[in-house]
Amino acid sequence: MAEEKKQPRIGVFVCHCGTNIAGSIDVKAVQEYARTLPGVIVADDYQYMCSTPGQTKIDNAIKENDLTGVVVAACSPRLHEPTFRTATKEGGLNPFRFEMANIREQDAWVHMHDNAGATAKAKDAIRIAVAKAALLEDLYPKSVPVEHAAMVVGAGVGGIQAALDLANAGIKTYLIDKLPTVGGRMSQLDKTFPTLDCSQCILTPKMVDVGRHPNIDLRTYTEVEAVEGYIGNFDITLRKKARGVLTPTEATEKGIVGGGCNGCGDCDAVCPVIKPNPFELGMKPRKAIYIYHPQVTPLIYTVDFDSCIKCGLCVEACGEKKAIDLDMADAFETVKVGTVILATGYDIFPIEKKREWGYKQFDNVITSLEFERLICASGPTGGHLIRPSDGQTPKKVAFVLCAGSRDNTGVGKPYCSRFCCMYSLKHAHQMMEKIPGCQPYIFYMDIRSFGKQYEEFYYRIQDEGAKFIRGRVANILEDAKTKDLHVYAEDTLLGQPVDLTVDLVVLAAAIEPTQGIDPVRKMFGVSCSQDGWMLEAHPKLNPCGTTTAGVFLAGVCQGPKDIPDTVAQAEGAASAASIPIHMGKVELEPYFAQCIEEKCAGCGMCVNLCPYSALALVEKDGKQVMQVTEAKCKGCGTCGGFCPGGAIYMQHFTTPQIVAQIDAFLLGGEE
Amino acid sequence: MAEGEWQPKILAIICNWCSYAGADLAGSARTQYPPDVRAIRVMCTGRVDPLFIMKAFADGADGVLISGCHFGDCHYLAGNFKCAKRMFLMKSILKDIGIEDNRLRMTFVSASEGAKWANVITDVVETVKELGPSPISAFNKN
Ligand code: FES
Repeated sequence: MAEEKKQPRIGVFVCHCGTNIAGSIDVKAVQEYARTLPGVIVADDYQYMCSTPGQTKIDNAIKENDLTGVVVAACSPRLHEPTFRTATKEGGLNPFRFEMANIREQDAWVHMHDNAGATAKAKDAIRIAVAKAALLEDLYPKSVPVEHAAMVVGAGVGGIQAALDLANAGIKTYLIDKLPTVGGRMSQLDKTFPTLDCSQCILTPKMVDVGRHPNIDLRTYTEVEAVEGYIGNFDITLRKKARGVLTPTEATEKGIVGGGCNGCGDCDAVCPVIKPNPFELGMKPRKAIYIYHPQVTPLIYTVDFDSCIKCGLCVEACGEKKAIDLDMADAFETVKVGTVILATGYDIFPIEKKREWGYKQFDNVITSLEFERLICASGPTGGHLIRPSDGQTPKKVAFVLCAGSRDNTGVGKPYCSRFCCMYSLKHAHQMMEKIPGCQPYIFYMDIRSFGKQYEEFYYRIQDEGAKFIRGRVANILEDAKTKDLHVYAEDTLLGQPVDLTVDLVVLAAAIEPTQGIDPVRKMFGVSCSQDGWMLEAHPKLNPCGTTTAGVFLAGVCQGPKDIPDTVAQAEGAASAASIPIHMGKVELEPYFAQCIEEKCAGCGMCVNLCPYSALALVEKDGKQVMQVTEAKCKGCGTCGGFCPGGAIYMQHFTTPQIVAQIDAFLLGGEE
Repeated sequence: MAEGEWQPKILAIICNWCSYAGADLAGSARTQYPPDVRAIRVMCTGRVDPLFIMKAFADGADGVLISGCHFGDCHYLAGNFKCAKRMFLMKSILKDIGIEDNRLRMTFVSASEGAKWANVITDVVETVKELGPSPISAFNKN
């Protein structure tokens, strides 16, 4: 804490950032002003402070002038603080003797037409930073060991890929999913664009791999209950939902030799309860004891306790295997991991909210995911596309693109869901392939076929005979007798109204973040963007990271993307998540609370305020004082904001430092 | 900055994770707002000691803005909530000593709400300009 005090000797460096800063701020005037501030020994300016010559200026200035602190007035510290801390260190100073004045994002860029105002603000910002720099002290990051294990939350294709990569890199990986199987959305798809691979065929090998990889601890039907700790040492409590069925391993543990579920399905055959099957979007029945879909991994039945009537027929049918336990309760387990990847995917936007398109009002208006199940050979109709109203094969089908996407009415979503154009083209192809003489009509705003081989696929569908009508569908009405649908739109290319009668309408519904994911997101301290997608640390330069160190993102939970992009991001996230684990240790920023024991009255108020139980009261020299466990302290400063005696010393955000900043702003200015 | 017009002195204390990031986003998007506010960064609004607010007003600030994450989104779970509770206290003390309590404001701006940040600043500056110089800064001058 208190070191021998040396008169502050501060160097100030003002960045032009090309014309980014210099375009709205008089950099020369600011630099000259900085030189007049108390404690400032040198003031300089440069085109790009973050460049090598810019950083060398800092390095040299520290050595030549025996500086005690460095201030750079440039962009946001959220961008370049690490850069300049390194430069400060190169010059021989402790890196925490650096302070940044943000004169770009919070000045030059937001006052572009107010030169005088922006320049005055820059001067103040530097004065404030210099006041803090004068009081900065040497600090040392705390090095903590990293647990050699990772967790992936969500076992869709992204989560599966991330888990496989981590496991192949030799890291013990917990892969969890709230559903009874891995596979996610991709397992509901029939074919993938533009290659027309069978979705299940390319996914199941990976599903099997995660099921038997020695480094993967697969936990299906499991949710995150609580998260504690920090990078390197997360303690994550998992809720293993009562499945009502024992795996062979669990059975053996219970002494039932040779028992446990082997997926024979005898229970399914006798169960008297019939419920809609969510995997088939309610288009097929399911029993109260079920497997989620035919390719589930692991192949273990699950009891749906919400609909089970506990008649016990399944228990009888299971017989000697004794796999079914209808009294099972949720179980909790806490595991320790070093890093976490969130891959929680998406849900389909409830498109019935767009009432003008009649979903859930008219039988023959379906969503694209329903189409996907209907056209799939393992789906409820064995791959025969039918009209829900009468089971007939539809001949004329309208595909409505951007259904709820790119929608600024407030009902839908303002963003592009990014894969609807392409799967709708694929759907048109699939029906033309299966139903001779049929005619798909595609109502679109723009066709966004941006990926590799996507545009070529678009041309192919045009050549195959799909009709494209550029215009948003205004209204869909049903002919009450025939159940045919009238699609009203404006063809914006011809400038003509369209009134088209079709047998079936397929809405390419928007996607949205997974229902109920917010509590999980918040447990990991990850923010979200305005539309609810999880927020990456930087949109360009850190798309897999989050603001919580050690937590990474993969796939659609971060924003709409198709399968190749999801897999690519998953591999990126896995690589990023493996770095701290392979390093074996991480450095924590030393923004810890400290107790100034002479001032501490031992009231203990801070102990209750701390969200991380980092503080405790201990007996010292005959009185109670607060003590900090540094590894638990994350440096929020909530204790310091409250301590009635001013006895808490928040490193790098000390009360004297902040008061000096306030004084410098309000009292130190030019009159 | 129009010549001769009174320029209020407004201090903002904002948290690193949400409001500071939101303010940065306003910058990247080049959303323009008045230049009268000076921001100090803390890790979390939980760090805001009532002393800081009192000190700012004693030093003659015409307005003080505290801005953090939305409830439930605080990087440290509930620092913003604990700060918000202190705000009620501060506002009643300000009233007691004759300072209009709307010179002090707390807002919640997330990392993705650049436009909201610009609106908040515009609004705070307007409010303070309407109120005119703080009674303390007038007192300090004499
Ligand atoms: S981190 Fe933003 S208010 Fe706590």
